[in-house]
Amino acid sequence: MRPIAEGLFTQENPPRLIGGRDRETGRIVFPCPENDRFEPVPLKRDGTLWSYTIQRFRPKSPPYAGPEAFKPFPVAYVELPGETIVEARLANVDFDSIEIGMPLEFVPVPLDPDEPNGIVIPGFQPTEKMA
Amino acid sequence: MSDVYIVGIGIHPFGRTDGVSGIDQGVFAVRQALSDAGIEWPDVQFAYGASDAAGNPDTMVDRLGLTGVQFINVRNGCAAGGSALFSAQTAIKSGECDIGLAVGFDKHPRGAFNAKPSEYNLPEWYGDAGYMVTTQFFANKIMRYMQMHDISRETLGRVAEKAFRNGSKAPHAWRRQPVPIDEIMEAPMVSDPYSKYMFCSPAEGGVALVLASEKKARELGKPMVRLKAATMRTRPPGSFEVFAPSVDVERGGSATNIASRDAFEIAGIGPGDIDVAQLQDTEAGAELMHMAENGFCADGDQEEWLAEGWSEIGGKLPVNTDGGCLACGEPIGASGLRQVYENVVQLRGEGGERQVPDNPRTAYSHVYGAPGVSAVTILER
Repeated sequence: MRPIAEGLFTQENPPRLIGGRDRETGRIVFPCPENDRFEPVPLKRDGTLWSYTIQRFRPKSPPYAGPEAFKPFPVAYVELPGETIVEARLANVDFDSIEIGMPLEFVPVPLDPDEPNGIVIPGFQPTEKMA
Repeated sequence: MSDVYIVGIGIHPFGRTDGVSGIDQGVFAVRQALSDAGIEWPDVQFAYGASDAAGNPDTMVDRLGLTGVQFINVRNGCAAGGSALFSAQTAIKSGECDIGLAVGFDKHPRGAFNAKPSEYNLPEWYGDAGYMVTTQFFANKIMRYMQMHDISRETLGRVAEKAFRNGSKAPHAWRRQPVPIDEIMEAPMVSDPYSKYMFCSPAEGGVALVLASEKKARELGKPMVRLKAATMRTRPPGSFEVFAPSVDVERGGSATNIASRDAFEIAGIGPGDIDVAQLQDTEAGAELMHMAENGFCADGDQEEWLAEGWSEIGGKLPVNTDGGCLACGEPIGASGLRQVYENVVQLRGEGGERQVPDNPRTAYSHVYGAPGVSAVTILER
């Protein structure tokens, strides 16, 4: 598993996303901008679905670096309460059961679904219900 | 300070014109606009030209004549045309010039726009992951809006159906065949909830507008269509924009909100005073959301507006009378000026089959684009 870029995920297991907190205003953004105004902060693991769509055609390459063989994927915005709303893939969910407001948890998602050990990008999946 | 009038309009048909460059479509529009105004190229004191992907507009002087004219290029995303118009009007308002030109044209390759992360101050991985796709943003924005304000997918379909019906009556439109609503609803999905008929496509076209001071406009004897307000604004805090890896939890307004508010303030009128409007409709939901963002209705009222036909050509506020971006496609540099062209046609009463009834006196145009820019104009006859 290799993150698509440095500085996106924390080193812990399981990892969290790294956002940037504005040192003056406290505003949190993702990803953490590479300048002194923002300090890196780990973001919450749990959030709720703010909005989504299903990407039904293969994005143009460049810049898209995903596999040639295309399968539609959900692109979502996930609200991390009190922090920020991040854009990420949804994983491990039927398209028909996606609902705005559903609880989600952070999970790195393979850019190529057929290569689970390759490059990973930020994603979220439905929160596993506690027994 | 002089008032500004639009005294000449020209358009190269939108769509696909193989064998004609973007700049030549711009030149075509300029010649038509000069002829409409009853002037010659050497009479033009200045020009502002907008193009995103079809070359430097000022190079058209080798086609139009090497008169030494001041010619400034404008590149400002989807607001390029609106920015050219704003700049042109200031030249006249200030008293510096009496007559000049705003021209916009473009010619995009087929398929989605080619956007690069570096052009939007974004990290490379964002593009690698497949997010430099404008349609994702538009779909996410409407999906949230539909949930929050009880807008049905059927209403999206009605917007597209209206666009193609209006486009069929506009000679400059690209899509000139009405499409039944069932076909729109059942067509393949591009980005949920939008089917392929609910998105516009990048396209080609050119538009030119001749602007004049009040004194010059009276000399020319053209119908007096006054540019009462032209604003271009960038985004406020907390807005949700194209190519956003994150959005603030504390929600704010949009670039459209402030461009609209300021234009109404400059014009000294309100949304209820507008007789016809051209609102950015790069996708069906954009027209709906922009109706509210520009102050023409409350969030959620669009469901009733579309069901009752209030934004049809015969309705209480006709919206996108030439079929908008959905029917005309979107050549970025020309698109905002097309809206103003259409408004001048309507205010002159020259709309033919698509003419808004009862002599409209006020007209509104609005564009929106990445990464959070908006331009608005208000015209009055």
